[in-house]
Amino acid sequence: MALAFDEYGRPFIILRGQEQKSRLRGLDAQKANISAGKAVARILRTSLGPKGMDKILQSPDGDVTITNDGATILEQMDVDNQIAKLMVELSRSQDYEIGDGTTGVVVMAGALLEQAEGLLERGIHPIRIAEGYEMASRIAVEHLEHIAQKFEFGVSNIEPLVQTCMTTLSSKIVNRCKRSLAEIAVKAVMAVADLERRDVNLDLIKVEGKVGGKLEDTELIHGIVVDKDMSHPQMPKHIEDAKIAILTCPFEPPKPKTKHKVDIDTVEKFQTLRLQEQKYFDDMVQKCKDVGATLVICQWGFDDEANHLLMHRNLPAVRWVGGVELELIAIATGGRIVPRFQELTPEKLGKAGLVREKSFGTTKDRMLYIERCANSRAVTIFVRGGNKMIIEETKRSIHDALCVARNIIRNNSIVYGGGSAEISCSIAVEAAADKYPGVEQYAIRAFGDALDSIPMALAENSGLQPIETLSAVRSQQIKDGNAYCGIDCNDVGTNDMREQNVFETLIGKQQQILLATQVVKMILKIDDVISPTDY
Amino acid sequence: MAIDKLFKDDATEEKGERARMASFIGAMAIADLVKTTLGPKGMDKILQSTGRGHSVTVTNDGATILKSLHIDNPAAKVLVDISKVQDDEVGDGTTSVVVLAGELLREAEKLVAAKIHPMTIISGYRMAAECARNALSQKVMDNKEDAEKFKSDLMKIAMTTLSSKILSQDKEHFAKLAVDAVMRLKGSTNLESIQIIKKAGGSLKDSFLDEGFILDKKIGIGQPKRIENAKILVANTAMDTDKVKIYGARVRVDSMSRVAQIEGAEKEKMREKVQKIIGHGINCFVNRQLIYNFPEELFADAGVLAIEHADFDGIERLALVTGGEIASTFDNPESVKLGHCKLIEEIMIGEDKLIHFSGVEMGQACTIVLRGASFHVLDEAERSLHDALCVLSQTVIDSRVLLGGGWPEMVMAKEVDELARKTPGKKSHAIEAFSRALISIPTTIADNAGLDSAELIAQLRAEHHKEESHAGIDVISGSVGDMAELGISEAFKVKQAVLLSATEAAEMILRVDEIITCAPRRREDRM
Repeated sequence: MALAFDEYGRPFIILRGQEQKSRLRGLDAQKANISAGKAVARILRTSLGPKGMDKILQSPDGDVTITNDGATILEQMDVDNQIAKLMVELSRSQDYEIGDGTTGVVVMAGALLEQAEGLLERGIHPIRIAEGYEMASRIAVEHLEHIAQKFEFGVSNIEPLVQTCMTTLSSKIVNRCKRSLAEIAVKAVMAVADLERRDVNLDLIKVEGKVGGKLEDTELIHGIVVDKDMSHPQMPKHIEDAKIAILTCPFEPPKPKTKHKVDIDTVEKFQTLRLQEQKYFDDMVQKCKDVGATLVICQWGFDDEANHLLMHRNLPAVRWVGGVELELIAIATGGRIVPRFQELTPEKLGKAGLVREKSFGTTKDRMLYIERCANSRAVTIFVRGGNKMIIEETKRSIHDALCVARNIIRNNSIVYGGGSAEISCSIAVEAAADKYPGVEQYAIRAFGDALDSIPMALAENSGLQPIETLSAVRSQQIKDGNAYCGIDCNDVGTNDMREQNVFETLIGKQQQILLATQVVKMILKIDDVISPTDY
Repeated sequence: MAIDKLFKDDATEEKGERARMASFIGAMAIADLVKTTLGPKGMDKILQSTGRGHSVTVTNDGATILKSLHIDNPAAKVLVDISKVQDDEVGDGTTSVVVLAGELLREAEKLVAAKIHPMTIISGYRMAAECARNALSQKVMDNKEDAEKFKSDLMKIAMTTLSSKILSQDKEHFAKLAVDAVMRLKGSTNLESIQIIKKAGGSLKDSFLDEGFILDKKIGIGQPKRIENAKILVANTAMDTDKVKIYGARVRVDSMSRVAQIEGAEKEKMREKVQKIIGHGINCFVNRQLIYNFPEELFADAGVLAIEHADFDGIERLALVTGGEIASTFDNPESVKLGHCKLIEEIMIGEDKLIHFSGVEMGQACTIVLRGASFHVLDEAERSLHDALCVLSQTVIDSRVLLGGGWPEMVMAKEVDELARKTPGKKSHAIEAFSRALISIPTTIADNAGLDSAELIAQLRAEHHKEESHAGIDVISGSVGDMAELGISEAFKVKQAVLLSATEAAEMILRVDEIITCAPRRREDRM
């Protein structure tokens, strides 16, 4: 332990309560960190690729999640180790930035750490390794740009986009109907995309799920689906050309924030108050009616009396609609959210061609469809499936597919998948390594080896001989100068990824390499871990 | 060293084979649990709740059994979930779906032990499921055109569904009840308009279908017990002295006389409200909320029948059948739609008095009154009847019908076997396994009936080798019989849902190679 003495031989206290803290220093610390990072990567390794396996995660409350989405697994894994937490962060940032490739980035980081361990054994200073990695990652990213291809698509030609989404979906449990889901995802993205600015606002796509039916029943709705029903059972269930008043105030007498009291001391006062109250309800409903609304959507509840008045005046209403949904409805129908009855004006009403209530199965589940909206840019993907877990997993998969489609719209460069890009980069990195004098050369080579680990994991998961397959593909790439050879995971018979139509986005791949390198650099730089021991 | 502390304390992680084993075993345990309830001779289970009262349920409904279990195994939860969804979506086949999924996993376990990769098994299962579904859809019968035949189909389906339930003794009686009730709906699946009332006493045979609507409430004292050509106002309003809804209002008085005055005003207000209600020209008033003594007296004076505290479903249904609207304000009597019915009277079922509305406007609604020896019997009877109603209402939409008694499984198994022979590669093992899993359903039915399943299944197989066979297991006589003659039918929709959800669930569990269990949340110990 860190102990220092003054000139009289008395110990200084450097760390308060140091005997209660466990501490790892120097090489030990690095090794411990590396092994923790590797352990996390090992968990995810089997989930990589189209034949990757799923994990069951049981939350503290006993709920079960089944997924092979890297970010979801790590998020719910409840890790305690600091370095493992870094890996979780890594996967999360890939998820936020790109939305896909969350498993790959962790596997990549794990491989880099493993290589670094070997170099540390040889006595290479961690900072030198980190610098070597940095250089190598720059080479790899440049090389990726080199082998990337531009990718033409338009509003009428969405086929290439569908293909890319299919690559993403093929690793998920939903791959049975990846074609239809990919089409749904692409159509959804195209509906909300701004092709001029190359921007997609994914907030406009709502993914709603309901247990029951088949996965094939999943549909894209050009409008909004709300899991609510009409406030009064006898209101019309089908409204054409609806004019929607979107309210955030309850149909109730006002409740001022300031504390106040209304004193009743005479019979007359009692009666006037009663009349006023009745008039209040009447006014509220009348205001909605006056501006021409044919449907009221309210964030709050209604009083029984208000409810009946609405029903009576033939004004259908929906209550307790959540804030996010309310906003979406406002965007879709082109209406304004109105916080007070006094501010209702005809211009603030939203418009929708059709509002209908639809019921499902044998239970009393009902949902409200708002379709043919004024602003057709908000869409809903409505997921059906055999059970809750399938639906959750489908939602996650669709989210990934949406992100991929968005990335392509933002930047239409692609690289080929199936490990071909990694192998090609690894060849390029290793070729470049020789040009660097000094110790970094070793680190750069190690980086190249680490890149190989992704195709290796792919081959392993697909039940192929990993080393044999990898070396065959590598030699083929070098011999033919063809950067599009990858691992044939689906046993199609060819390993040219152009023929298999397996692509990934360039930015996704670049981001993976950059993020993984950054995290590994950070882990390598840690040489002292001080943590409180338990008890 | 550091790896030991990757997870929080108490969190566990199971990998690879061990994880797969754990999920297989969990799923199979659940399947075995409900297995004995399958088929007409299936046994029931007693479920005792751990809550207060330790209430007891006796059932053989798969969904009900599984819903009440406390399960810790994640794979088992998947199975519980599919059975729940099956219940919500088609209403029946909740046991079959779990048993089939369990058998698929049992077969998969053997394949995994024989070193076949789970992904290969999955792709084999998928091919097999697709093939089985095609085989089924080719063999369906559709009698939608012929109303008479269709009705007899419905009757058969209802009898088949009920034969595995407690109602099997009187299945014809109940099948007729269910079919009549569903036919009244005229194609809608809204089971809400079929009301089931349970009254202990009498025997199951005494159950009957009533064309009108029965409300389990009493008529207020001193009010007419019988009204012809009733005009009904259905309301949801507070009939006590209304609270002033304006926030912050309170009564402040300085003398007793003032209190009396205000009380008088309140009473006056109440009287006014009642007057307004009576002003609608009604002779029956049904409220969701309580009607207190004072207004009740006023109604009695006016000769109006007032029914209080009808539950929410009750008034919605009543409003639906009588064609009235649920009112909460009473200022515009001319525009409120009133409900009508020919006759309201008080009837006695067993010892209880109920209110019976007959000759209602909407012909769709009806009430089934269940009688039975005990509450357990009634509860179970209700569940069985609910299953039958669900299946029937779904069949009305999708009128395709299959034979029952293990016939569909044998048909599918035969086709799937064909496919296995044609498929090259390791997948064919999985396809073969799928067909074995399918056959296990008739096997279980036979086993549960105490028959020699090996012998019967072999016979069935031989029968099915002929084209257009109608052979299935006749549990009553204990032999192979012609299902078309015996009139055992099942709905196509149910079978298809069973097949697809079971395959989906098996696939999901097969794909798992790791289970990570988080540390259970610590509960505050209040003991």
